[in-house]
Amino acid sequence: MKKISVLDRILLLVTGLLAAYQVAMGCEGLGTLPTASYTIGFGVLLVAGLLLIILGFEALDSSVVVIVSTVIPLTLSLGLVAEHLTNFTTPYLIFVVIGFLAIVITRYAIPGKAATIVLAVVHGVAGMIIFLLPIILSLRGDAPGGFALVGVGGALIGVGGLLLSFLKAGKPILSRDTIMTVLPGLLLLMTAAFVAGFAFC
Amino acid sequence: MKILKTKFKQYWPLIKSLQTALLLITGLAGYMSTRCPAHNLSTVLALAGSLFLSISGSTVLNMWYDRDIDAKMPRTSKRPLPTGKITSQEALIFGLTISALGVGWALTMNLLYGAVVFAGLFFDVVVYSMWLKRRTAWSIVWGGISGGMPILAGRALGVGQLDWVGLTLSLAVLFWIPTHILTFSMRYHKDYQSAGVPTFPSTYGFQATRVIIAISSVIAAVAMGVAAYGVGLTWGYLRLMAVLSAGLLVLAVGSTVHPSERTNFGLFKYASLYMLSSMLLLFAEGI
Repeated sequence: MKKISVLDRILLLVTGLLAAYQVAMGCEGLGTLPTASYTIGFGVLLVAGLLLIILGFEALDSSVVVIVSTVIPLTLSLGLVAEHLTNFTTPYLIFVVIGFLAIVITRYAIPGKAATIVLAVVHGVAGMIIFLLPIILSLRGDAPGGFALVGVGGALIGVGGLLLSFLKAGKPILSRDTIMTVLPGLLLLMTAAFVAGFAFC
Repeated sequence: MKILKTKFKQYWPLIKSLQTALLLITGLAGYMSTRCPAHNLSTVLALAGSLFLSISGSTVLNMWYDRDIDAKMPRTSKRPLPTGKITSQEALIFGLTISALGVGWALTMNLLYGAVVFAGLFFDVVVYSMWLKRRTAWSIVWGGISGGMPILAGRALGVGQLDWVGLTLSLAVLFWIPTHILTFSMRYHKDYQSAGVPTFPSTYGFQATRVIIAISSVIAAVAMGVAAYGVGLTWGYLRLMAVLSAGLLVLAVGSTVHPSERTNFGLFKYASLYMLSSMLLLFAEGI
């Protein structure tokens, strides 16, 4: 198994610092729900980055990884919906809560095909929102052009999520060592895109 | 010049530079938490100098007193005193000298500040190391109290009195110390056992120790949050502190539910990062 290198640690540290910056700075004038959602999303990213630095890639062997990696897209997408599609806030909040519980329950109680389907649906919906919504808002002129960078972050989180999910499901798209090689850089690019994009929120 | 360099290399490990640096940062953060215009550069430098000498002095005196224990434990047997690189008399003189210089400097700056610095040194060397460490596992409470003194001292120097914010910050450090020390004593429990030092894992078992770590982490995080609110940390920094505290709590509870050497080690390292980050936030707010 690939051991974590000094470069990996530096990339993860910068990722953590960017996430910490976003938690501390937030977005001005947002309501409680979007603020809380973004804080949880970037907070999980920060703590996960620190734990990877401390424990190395072996930390990814934990069964909790799938659940934790779900929190980030779910909370970021919830923040976007609560901020920009206010009419859909309540239904999407219900989807997020039920989706999260379904992932936790199927992971431990009914593992197998059901768990994979639930994971794909919940991840897929959240990922599409993070990817498409900022880009559509920017193209329509409802948000500054730079806000589309959040969509770029959404695409990168989708790639990372797919790589990790299939790896955890035992059907890796790339070899484990290749995934571990690209993961720190991917996390950094994703976080940088998010932070740059949210500067326009 | 070469002799000085050699001596420095021999003496440096006596002060446990990382631990001393972390405690020094808590002291500076306590002072900075009083915010501008209460502080100035010359006082910050004097605070750093006096605390560095006092904390280093107490660490050297602890090493001097515990040299027989250190010789029995593989982890510490290569320290300068057990290996004979420095004689016990040299270490004692060095420890007493820098302790006296540090406390003396602190007293000249401010009587209250100096008294708190002296209390920290007294609790650490006399109460914790000399009196209780070899008698009871609960000695770490006194180690924790002494660990909370630098931040209380820094705050006292800034506000000129012992206020509730300073005491709460000190409480946060006090309850953070079991998270730090107990995870460490679980990792090296055989060392401590062979040296005859009572620890929580050897006295109450590993699971009870993990529960104690989780409880103390909760109290430390709550105390840190309350103190940060009292300091007047901005909403953004409070959010960041809450995130870091949540990470500490999740790891502490996780190590109780799914105990493993890896989780234990992760908690130990994260606890240090948590304290450093919290102090940097207080520091940043002060600037």
